[in-house]
Amino acid sequence: MEGMSVIIKKVTQLLAGLIFVYGIYIILHGHLTPGGGFAGGVIIAGAFILLILAFGSSELNLKTEVSGSSGTESLAILLVVILALMSLLLGAKVFIVNFLPKGLPGELLSAGVIPLYNLFVGVEVAGAILTIFLALVIFKEESST
Amino acid sequence: MDLTISMILVFMIAGALFAIHAKDLLSAVVAMGIVGYGLVICFLLLKAPDLAIVQIVVETITLVIMVAVVLDSSRNEIEATFDRRSILQMVTGFIVFAGLLYFFLLAIENLDSLGSHTLRMSEAYVNGAVEKTGSVNLVTGVIFDFRAYDTLGEAVILYTAALGVLTLLRLKGKK
Repeated sequence: MEGMSVIIKKVTQLLAGLIFVYGIYIILHGHLTPGGGFAGGVIIAGAFILLILAFGSSELNLKTEVSGSSGTESLAILLVVILALMSLLLGAKVFIVNFLPKGLPGELLSAGVIPLYNLFVGVEVAGAILTIFLALVIFKEESST
Repeated sequence: MDLTISMILVFMIAGALFAIHAKDLLSAVVAMGIVGYGLVICFLLLKAPDLAIVQIVVETITLVIMVAVVLDSSRNEIEATFDRRSILQMVTGFIVFAGLLYFFLLAIENLDSLGSHTLRMSEAYVNGAVEKTGSVNLVTGVIFDFRAYDTLGEAVILYTAALGVLTLLRLKGKK
């Protein structure tokens, strides 16, 4: 897969960072404004997919990328499960409990563990979507050569 | 608002029918986009911005992947042949459709009108969510606190899907 024209590359350079920051905003403000881990994760994956589509796979080492993204995804889902198990360690007899202090509703640091869940699920979703896309690209390149 | 949603729904049904019958697979993929983006506008009109954000981003990425797949393989649809087996399939499909329509018509009597809710659980969620979870966004409060088990399952499903794609597609590189 070769890259696209100079115009698309330049516009992508300007836009991809903004899309990435917007995804981080959607994840971090998931408990305050519409959005959350799933939506923000897919937006972050979209920024990477835009870069890969515009610049082509020749300038990137796709094998390293896919091992990195699948590793990040596995680590994030492990952290989600550990966070769910934490309430068992802290004495509650049920699986998922909001054990951190709730704080003032409406503040950025509020709602207990919900921002942490949003963060880890967002990273996990971004890694999963990017892994699927990269696996498809690698499969296409291997089958065409 | 009902009229607007009905018009968008008619438009979505037309797009879906065109996607089935289009000869060119690329135009079928673009017609599937009509269904997805029409659904986004429906979600916005029904005051569900959370779902609208997820739907618009997932629809865009799915469209990109499907366009890439269509451009890489054939753009022509496989010619359908008409024989006894297809008649059997059509009859089976019609029976299933009629059965589903019958139960749908039975069930629609008991549904509330669009946008209203009279369930006891949803009243408790709407009134008590902010104090119980501390989250101002009620949707996040529900999916990560009251229904966190479901969300864990969804995240694990996505992880399993990525693992499955890796296992299926990367066999060639491992030899």
